[in-house]
Formats: sequence, C-alpha cells, structure tokens
Amino acid sequence: MIEERFDAIVVGAGMAGNAAALSMARQGMKVLQLERGEYPGSKNVQGAILYADMMEKLIPEFREEAPLERHLVEQRFWMMDDRSHVGMHYRSDDFNEERPNRYTIIRAQFDKWFSSKVREAGATVLCETTVTELVRDERERIVGVRTDRRDGEIHADVVVLAEGVNGLLGTRAGLRARPTPDNVALAVKEMHFLPRETIEARFNLKGEEGVVIEAAGTISRGMTGMGFIYANKECISLGIGCLVADFQRTGQTPYGLLDQFKRHPSVLPLLAGSEVKEYSAHLIPEGGYKSIPQLYGEGWVVVGDAAQLNNAVHREGSNLAMTSGRIAAEAIGLVKSRGEPMTATNLSLYKKMLDESFVIKDLKKYKDLPPLMHTHSQNFFLTYPQLISRAMQNFVRVDGTPKVEKEKATLKSFVKARSWMGLFGDACRFARAWR
Amino acid sequence: MDAEPSVRVEDKLYYNRYLVDIGRPHVKVRAHTSPSPQLVALLNACPARCYELNDEGRVEVTVDGCIECGTCRVIAEPTGDIQWSYPRGGYGVLFKFG
Ligand SMILES: Cc1cc2nc3c(=O)[nH]c(=O)nc-3n(C[C@H](O)[C@H](O)[C@H](O)COP(=O)(O)OP(=O)(O)OC[C@H]3O[C@@H](n4cnc5c(N)ncnc54)[C@H](O)[C@@H]3O)c2cc1C
Ligand code: SF4
Repeated sequence: MIEERFDAIVVGAGMAGNAAALSMARQGMKVLQLERGEYPGSKNVQGAILYADMMEKLIPEFREEAPLERHLVEQRFWMMDDRSHVGMHYRSDDFNEERPNRYTIIRAQFDKWFSSKVREAGATVLCETTVTELVRDERERIVGVRTDRRDGEIHADVVVLAEGVNGLLGTRAGLRARPTPDNVALAVKEMHFLPRETIEARFNLKGEEGVVIEAAGTISRGMTGMGFIYANKECISLGIGCLVADFQRTGQTPYGLLDQFKRHPSVLPLLAGSEVKEYSAHLIPEGGYKSIPQLYGEGWVVVGDAAQLNNAVHREGSNLAMTSGRIAAEAIGLVKSRGEPMTATNLSLYKKMLDESFVIKDLKKYKDLPPLMHTHSQNFFLTYPQLISRAMQNFVRVDGTPKVEKEKATLKSFVKARSWMGLFGDACRFARAWR
Repeated sequence: MDAEPSVRVEDKLYYNRYLVDIGRPHVKVRAHTSPSPQLVALLNACPARCYELNDEGRVEVTVDGCIECGTCRVIAEPTGDIQWSYPRGGYGVLFKFG
C-alpha cells in the first residue's frame, strides 16, 4: 500500500492523461499517474496524425525532441468503388514551413517520449499497473483508486480519468454509460514497412514531407466507415474502421474489410513488397456531441476518449484528448490555488472552460452528422460512391457518344438510384448537419 | 469480391508481441446451451477471432491473441453473455508501433 497521499491521480498515460499529468506537475502538484501497459503507448493505437498547435501549448519545443515521422504537405480524399477511386488532393508548398502544422507519428514511440516529459516535470509514473476500482468515502465522493498491484488503496484529492474509449472504471462506477455499438467504431490497422526511398517515390515526397489519404466508399460495404493510408518515414500505416453496430448487423469481419482494402487496385501498388510488422485494433468514439457524458463530479473529472471527445468528421481525437487533459489540469489548479476542495461544484469549472474551447464548439457544430451517417450509411457509403465513379468514367472515356447524351445518362443513373426526392432529401440533410 | 477465405487472422497475430497471463483469462463467456445473437455476432466481429463455435454449438473464447479493443464488451457485456476486463498490468498485447 502506498501510504502517501497525492494531490491528483491520473488513470492512463495516453494523450489525455499525459497532458493532464504534465500540466498538473508543472503547477507544483503532487501527481501519481497509473498505466496498465508495459510502457506508456504499448496499448495505444492511432493513425496517426499529430496536430502541432495543441502539442505546442504543452511542449513548445516538441519539434526538436519528439519522435515525429513526416510533416504533412498533402491531403488526399478518395471516394472508392470496387475498381476505381475519385480523388481530391490538396498539396501546398506552404506546408513546408518552419513550424509545420501536422505530422504523422507512431503512437507507441510518441507516448513513451511524452511520458518522459511528464516524469521530468515531477510526476510519479507507474506502469504495468491496472487500476481496478475507484474508491469512495462514506459520502460517495471519489477519494482514490485500487490497483491490481498492491492491496489497499491510494488516495488523492482528485482522480483524473484518462482511461480511453472503453472507460471501464468510470462505467463500472456508474459515472457514465458503457460505449454502445452505435457510438463507437472498430478500426483495424497494419504497419507496412518499406525502404524510405520507395515510400518517397510512391507518394511523390522528398525529405521529411508526408501525405495522408482518407478513403470512403464501397470499401466499407455499405457500413458507416472510413479507410486511411498514412505515410511515415519507413512504413505505411493502413487501416479501416466501421461502426460496431454495423459489424454486428452485417456479420462482416474487420480483417476481411482490411484485406479487401489492401487489395483494391488503387492501394495495392502502394504496398507492393512491404513487410507487415504489426496488426492492431482499437475503438474510436463516434457519437459526437450528443454522446458526451457528465464530465465531472465529487472528486473526479473525465478527459479524452473516455468522455467521447472525438471529432469523427475531421478525424481528430488526440488533440481533443490533449486539450481536455490540459484544461482539466488548469481547472484543478485554479480550485487548488483558491484552497478549495475538489467538489463537483468547484470542478464544474473544467466544463465551463472546455465549453469555451474548440473541443466542445467543434463537436457541437457537427452534432447531427453522426446520426445522419449512421442511418443513411447505404446511400453515403455505397450508392453515391458507385454513382460518382460511373459519372467520372462516363465523363473521361472517349467513345463517340455525344456529350449531351453522356450527361443525360449520368443524371438518369443518379435519379434511378436515389429518386429526385431522395437526392434532394440527402442534400438537405447533409447541408443541415454540416452547418 | 468475397475476401475472407484468403485472410488468416492467426498469421496477422503472429506479428504481434504478447505477454500471456497463463491461467487468468481476462474475458469469459457465460455458460450457455445455445448462443445468443450477441455471442454469435462475436464470431465475426472480434478482430483477432478469439471467439469460436465448438463442436457442441457453443461459443468459446481464447484470449491469447486478444488485442484488447473492447468490441466484444460493447456487444455482449450488456446482455451478460461475457465478462470483460483488462489483463493484469503489464500483461496482454504489447504494441511496438500502435
Ligand atoms: C485507428 C485510429 C486512428 C486514429 N487516428 C487519429 C488521428 O490521425 N489523429 C488524431 O488526432 N486522433 C486519431 N485517433 C483518435 C486518438 O487515437 C484518440 O482520440 C486518442 O488516443 C485519445 O487519447 P486518450 O488519452 O483519451 O486515450 P488513449 O490514448 O486510449 O489512452 C488511454 C490510456 O489509459 C490506459 N488505461 C485505460 N484503463 C486503464 C486502467 N484501468 N488502469 C491503468 N491504465 C489504464 C490505457 O492503457 C491507455 O494508455 C485515431 C484512433 C484510432 C483507433
Ligand atoms: S477485446 Fe477485441 S480482440 Fe479481445 S476478444 Fe474482445 S473483440 Fe476480440
């Protein structure tokens, strides 16, 4: 049993937990961070794109120290059917700037480094320790945790739950609901290794430049889902994710989807000759604004994926995790500096501050999009990609058909598949949800 | 179009590193005579194919290859079909890249 008492216990050493532990330790608080993995990062899976702005707010000099892969100069969106893709690529030399805006990273390596900064700031980090339970006092306030390491309890004024998407502790303690099949997606991912020069040639890159591809369409077989292909220095991260409810409903296998994605004629040449070194899977919160649970209570706050703080539309999660962790730490610091207790009323400051940040504002903006994508997945992920592919082919193939007839054929195929009302309805629904 | 037959999950899991907590499985299936729809869904939904149908038509779990995603918990814990927790600290899958 650890006899010491801590100002704060942080559960989890992912993006949210590291941001919270770092910020609290820097304010001079006595912080204990507990992580179940062998080392921080050994349980964590991400694409992964790192957003520099949010990292800079925590560690301004991270560019010189952190294990970064490539800075992104190009973003590709692919709408795929079985044999083709329609792409939109945005590439700009502006992204070759002194302080680039986005990087690819490898989470296990990045988290290890991030954690070294948390230790440097003075926090105690204990790995290989699974927190099994939250401890309450007679007035039902959270006063500490129990772990599988030692008998007994570890006490603190406040517990920061940065336990990731599964959020076992918080859900078991009744602080929030368990994730449901329609508010989490399952993503599977592989790491494909290739010589650096090969990656640069295949993706049209030089030096440290990087590119990411986000893909949607028939690759998810009518389910709500997305694929991704991210270029790292000497490997390619490739994966695909769909709503758990869709896997449950259709009986599709995650590895079957991944395999089909890899064998797509647009993807296969990018991977040719690669050596796979890891296969992983992870859930992603997809419920958006409407799924955000209670964020604070007597002696506790919840941050990051555990609080469903994930922007599925823009594929942002780690930055929301980091920001919520930092803001929670600042709120806790303010309560402490006033010499006040960590009551729900005082900790509501965290929510107030988070509401003012991009985290909640962005999630609010898209609050209707996740339900729309989930209920209309057939149209958005199967029918439209096929129609658009056919329209493009009709447009570019030169076969002696007069252009007027070609246009008529394209229009007819859309109306036949979705009807005028359907097309109109989809357009309105989409515009409204995006607004 | 149907890709499944060519995919062997066992081969994929071979790339990964694990520290198996022998004799202490972190996922358990409730005893049953015939599997619920939720249990049946796990046969395909688990990305590591930890769930299998045995000769008696019951669903069994072998957690050695589990990648701790939580999908089975989301599907089958609410009905009480499975019990799910994390492995003990330090055990389970150990991602080198993640
Ligand atoms: C395939 C995929 C691609 C993604 N791509 C991107 C991307 O490109 N950009 C982006 O910004 N986001 C992306 N995300 C989302 C991003 O990964 C998450 O939003 C982010 O990791 C959340 O951070 P977190 O700290 O809340 O949770 P996590 O990073 O999951 O950390 C939780 C930590 O808590 C530990 N833990 C949990 N329970 C316990 C316990 N009981 N005891 C001890 N320790 C415990 C875990 O081991 C883990 O280390 C992606 C996610 C996936 C799955
Ligand atoms: S946690 Fe994921 S990998 Fe492990 S058994 Fe459940 S579904 Fe399979």
